[in-house]
Amino acid sequence: MTIRGKAFIAGIYEHPLREIPDRSNSQIHAEVAAGALADAGLSFSDVDAYFCDSSAGFGPLSMADYLGLRLTHVDSTETGGSSYVVHVGHAAEAIAAGKCQVALITLAGRPRSAAMAGRPGGGGATPDMVFEGLWGMSGAVTGYAMAATRHMHEFGTTSAQLAEVKVAASLHAQHNPNAFLQEPMTVEEVLESPMISSPLRRDDCCVVTDGGGALIVVSPEVARDLSRVSAKILGHGEAIKHADNGRLDLTYTGAVVSGPRAFEEAGVTQADIDYASIYDSFTITVIETLEDLGFCAKGEGGRFVLDGALVAPDGRLPFNTDGGGLCNNHPSNRGGITKVIEAVRQLRGEAHPAVQVPDCTIALAHGTGGSIGTRMGSSTLILGTEDA
Amino acid sequence: MSTTLPTPVPVSLPETEEFWAATAEGKLLLRRCDDCGIPIWYPRPFCPVCGSFRTSWSEASGRGTVYTFTVVHRSGIPGYREALPYVVAYVELAEGPRVMTNIVDCEPDDVVVGMPVRVVFHDTGQGSALYRFQPDPTATDDGS
Ligand SMILES: [Zn+2]
Repeated sequence: MTIRGKAFIAGIYEHPLREIPDRSNSQIHAEVAAGALADAGLSFSDVDAYFCDSSAGFGPLSMADYLGLRLTHVDSTETGGSSYVVHVGHAAEAIAAGKCQVALITLAGRPRSAAMAGRPGGGGATPDMVFEGLWGMSGAVTGYAMAATRHMHEFGTTSAQLAEVKVAASLHAQHNPNAFLQEPMTVEEVLESPMISSPLRRDDCCVVTDGGGALIVVSPEVARDLSRVSAKILGHGEAIKHADNGRLDLTYTGAVVSGPRAFEEAGVTQADIDYASIYDSFTITVIETLEDLGFCAKGEGGRFVLDGALVAPDGRLPFNTDGGGLCNNHPSNRGGITKVIEAVRQLRGEAHPAVQVPDCTIALAHGTGGSIGTRMGSSTLILGTEDA
Repeated sequence: MSTTLPTPVPVSLPETEEFWAATAEGKLLLRRCDDCGIPIWYPRPFCPVCGSFRTSWSEASGRGTVYTFTVVHRSGIPGYREALPYVVAYVELAEGPRVMTNIVDCEPDDVVVGMPVRVVFHDTGQGSALYRFQPDPTATDDGS
């Protein structure tokens, strides 16, 4: 069985705020849910499936209660920032299997307002957290920095090449009035930003923002009856790449598995992709993911992004036209849902006119969760226009 | 030379009690699979390669090379934030596993990928020690 064409994304919503000190996570979940349902032209009473991560309370129980949902299907798969891309795939599977018709996916979090504290001493109760919690890993950047060091060592990738990714994102973010960072940057400016964890500098990192987003995934029958344009789900792949008994290789990501599965199910190739949302927690995340999804050979990512390759609308592979996690939004320290949202905007022709890809018919959205430096979730989603 | 790094006390789980007790005596233990022979990391009484629960401890050589590293310039972690800049690394042990750790006893800027290193132990005062690595002047050039 395949999910190709068996489900559609009918509603999207990105919370407009980037700092929300005065609301609970639950309220933000509710606000984005209402926003996405309104976008689709549906109401809470239409929802029969709910998908969330571990931020929503006691799995899906808390928000189902809060929102008064009557559900036939739930899923709280937790793979970090890639969760919501996984959720789209799982929603499509459930719809294809006849378990539900209207699936609501929400994300909310407030890391900017409630700064996360360091955890010396190992913190967690699982051995992986103990053995990795002792060495001063200062947030996610430390692990990604070690991946960047190794990628540079093996393939000659440079800091200037990493900076090109941030520059492209900033050129897009200048058109997004909600973006956290709206000023276009140059490679030189990125290279002058303070070193955080070598070789990654401040501007190699994504923004830290409050907020959230939501998606509505529906059956073909429901999509047909809605006046709003939907995005057709063509293919999906998911994978967990872990430390492999201590033999981890930091030069690639789980996209080497999730990507081919998604392309095969969708029946398209890299050359068919008009627009790509590539998870961009850090610039190195984009470089490795582009290679692993097959947009260039392994090790060539640094050279691939040169010459404005990622800049919309005319680059070879326009990416993250909302400004991405690097400039626009990384709500709850997780970028997966905004990746899907911008891909749907592109397919609807509703991205900002300055960055709208002409005749965008096939789009890819890729999520990365956990850490490239240890263990991670990868999820690849390929979407098309309604008649794709 | 960076400031002395902190020595946070590891949370000891039942299956890693012997590992941490050995560190206090200056020994780095590796769990090894009795069926397929592979060294297991992180330490656990289960082999993720062949699925066996027949595993036992053996002592590691304490030698390896730097697989990758980062010099941390910003950190909010108490103890570490007072020791900036410091080096977090994966060291590939001679036995195979790549182990997250710190590189110490050298300038952070002198650390390079492939550098030979050897283990040192920093006592926590609580019956355990942190295994960190320093440049190994005795290593031969054929190492990496
Ligand atoms: Zn074994």
